[in-house]
Amino acid sequence: MSTLALPSRDNYLDNGFSLWSWLSSIDHKRIAILYAISITLFFFIGGAAATLMRLELITPTGDLVSAETYNKLFTMHGVIMVWFFLIPSIPSTFGNFLVPLMIGARDLAFPRLNLASWYLYVAGGLFTVGALIAGGVDTGWTFYTPFSTMFSNTHVIADAAGVFVVGFSSILTGLNFIVTIHKMRAPGMTWFRLPLFVWSMYATAIIFVLATPVLAMTLFLLAIERFAGVGVFDPALGGDPLLFQHLFWFYSHPAVYVMILPAMGVASEIITCFARRNVFAYRSMAFAVLAIAIIGFLVWGHHMFVSGQSIYAGMVFSILTFLVAIPSAIKVFNWTATLYKGSIRFDAPMLYLLGFVALFTIGGMTGLILASLALDVHLHDTYFVIAHFHYIMVGGAVMAFLGAVHFWWPKITGRLYSDRWARFAAIVVFVGFNLTFFPQFILGYLGMPRRYHEYPAQFQVLNVLSSAGASVLAIGYLLPLFYLYWSLRYGPRAGPNPWGAKGLEWQTSSPPPVDNFATIPIVTEAPYQYAPVESGHG
Amino acid sequence: MASAVVVARQFDDTDQQRRASDLGMWVFLATEVLFFGALFVAYTATRVHDPAAFEIASRLTNVTLGSINTGVLLTSSLVMALAVRSAKLGLRRASIVFMGATIVLGIAFLAIKGTEYWLDYAGHLVPAINFSHPGPHAGGVENFFYLYFFMTGVHSLHMLVGIVTVSVLLIMAARGDFTPWYFTPVELGGLYWHLIDIVWVFLYPLLYLVGRSS
Repeated sequence: MSTLALPSRDNYLDNGFSLWSWLSSIDHKRIAILYAISITLFFFIGGAAATLMRLELITPTGDLVSAETYNKLFTMHGVIMVWFFLIPSIPSTFGNFLVPLMIGARDLAFPRLNLASWYLYVAGGLFTVGALIAGGVDTGWTFYTPFSTMFSNTHVIADAAGVFVVGFSSILTGLNFIVTIHKMRAPGMTWFRLPLFVWSMYATAIIFVLATPVLAMTLFLLAIERFAGVGVFDPALGGDPLLFQHLFWFYSHPAVYVMILPAMGVASEIITCFARRNVFAYRSMAFAVLAIAIIGFLVWGHHMFVSGQSIYAGMVFSILTFLVAIPSAIKVFNWTATLYKGSIRFDAPMLYLLGFVALFTIGGMTGLILASLALDVHLHDTYFVIAHFHYIMVGGAVMAFLGAVHFWWPKITGRLYSDRWARFAAIVVFVGFNLTFFPQFILGYLGMPRRYHEYPAQFQVLNVLSSAGASVLAIGYLLPLFYLYWSLRYGPRAGPNPWGAKGLEWQTSSPPPVDNFATIPIVTEAPYQYAPVESGHG
Repeated sequence: MASAVVVARQFDDTDQQRRASDLGMWVFLATEVLFFGALFVAYTATRVHDPAAFEIASRLTNVTLGSINTGVLLTSSLVMALAVRSAKLGLRRASIVFMGATIVLGIAFLAIKGTEYWLDYAGHLVPAINFSHPGPHAGGVENFFYLYFFMTGVHSLHMLVGIVTVSVLLIMAARGDFTPWYFTPVELGGLYWHLIDIVWVFLYPLLYLVGRSS
């Protein structure tokens, strides 16, 4: 079914070829591509920092970089990966591209704000890269006071300014999504006919608009405190460092859900398509993402179990953290139940998303271990924590991001890629990821603390395993650059719906026309109405 | 007179366009509440640490000018509400006059606030520049004034944005851009103005009145 549809002259890619036609475009699809290019760039900058760290950790002694440089490397890795890759990754690229298409709208509600958000992202990125070139920052991505305000001799203010500015880009994206999903749905597209990806974008948008302002103001307070030498975070000035941690994690814990909720949305789209099955328990899936977003706002204190927070606060935050596991588990069970009796095809997007479900489950279960007050005392600030959140953010969010790239690539570019290479890359990423991060669970359990460039000799074997895994992972991440580039140049035309998928985005041509649909569709059924028994290729 | 309303290409009709703009503004106001929310949390935590210092310090603020300013700002909200109402009824002249009054009152607020800052400076109350306080709790008093300048400073920045916004609306109204069928920008500008006002309603007791009850 991929041989029809000659390339259409009025698709969004052919609507102007100059650089300026891209930089001034208010078409949500073009802005998504601007974002995709920028976040890919930052992903490889952040990845380069991680590469240097893994190289340093091959030997127990600090022989490649100094302790100071190592501190700057993990700060750079964290800041860039969190704010310039993971948080905008799926929402700003696929969310931007797909939300209007999936709900049957011509664009987001505020196209100019959408473009402004990309420029804010770039401005924030320039601040951050500027701080990096000027010599880096050594506080860790968490900017804990009083180290960041009083003692660090690095470019904290410039880096915080970058994060401050990029936060406004998140806020504008979130605002745009909320209004668009509320007000711009096509006729017949009721709330419970929305694809689950749109539900996940809605939940993400709520977190964007409610959490990001708090981070912005906190970083503003931090910058003034550092600049003026008066303030409310440094105990030497009569302030309270725990206050900073409360405010910081009030944003940064929900931000974790900004990274994982979109991944869950992608999973629901891809698993239903490649299992040829309606999603199991649609409503519980929709309510689960909302529940995760809401409960996610109430668990931030689990980052401070050993920071001098009161034991009663610790107990409450521990219970709330266990609660957030319930909707997460509902999602995993429902994806599994969706696969049951499906006619499953193992194309590249499906491989990535099956990997996502497995790795997210491990990441989530180890999160419960960390949510237990007594166990956290042992595991806090060890490699166990590092492994846990990389299973969520890399095993979860990045796997889903790559799955999304492979699933919607034909829609975005109008071209097919080599499925053989793509499946190979998916397997390389899965193997490399586990080899990198599983040993870190053991290292953490044995007591190796995070954020040191040296370690006792008995940890070397596991560290070498981890670094070896990282090099496999790096190959897995580089491979798509080559075969996707090939696809852009020489790939066969995809046609409107190469996967036989059900979403509205597949009902229009590939690449979509400037206004998305020749006529606005009228929706008459729930999503994922795949015919129950099929041979695979519809 | 541009009486025909322009519908942007992504919208179906004027009604959808207006409702989208309205919701967008309310979401934006929610983010503003959380901006200031972080500051109120910082204020609360710092005050719990040293309540005596906050009592002493709030008595050092200029409650006369602060109270006058509260009156000025509440009045400005009244005239802004009247401006929105006039625009809705198509009373162009009245809406222009009321928006002008809003701008004048906004500028008056900033002028009074500036005077107050100058008096604070003369009284050696500006942290990191010339702060000195005799007696105990000097550190806590300094932290109070740090928050005082920070919170009222951020609020004044919002006032400045509000004044510029209403000025643009006034020019648009004078050009005849608004009709009883299209006055969304005035309505949204009004919402923003009221939010700034509400923030002040919380700032005023917390900063000026806290220590004066006994």
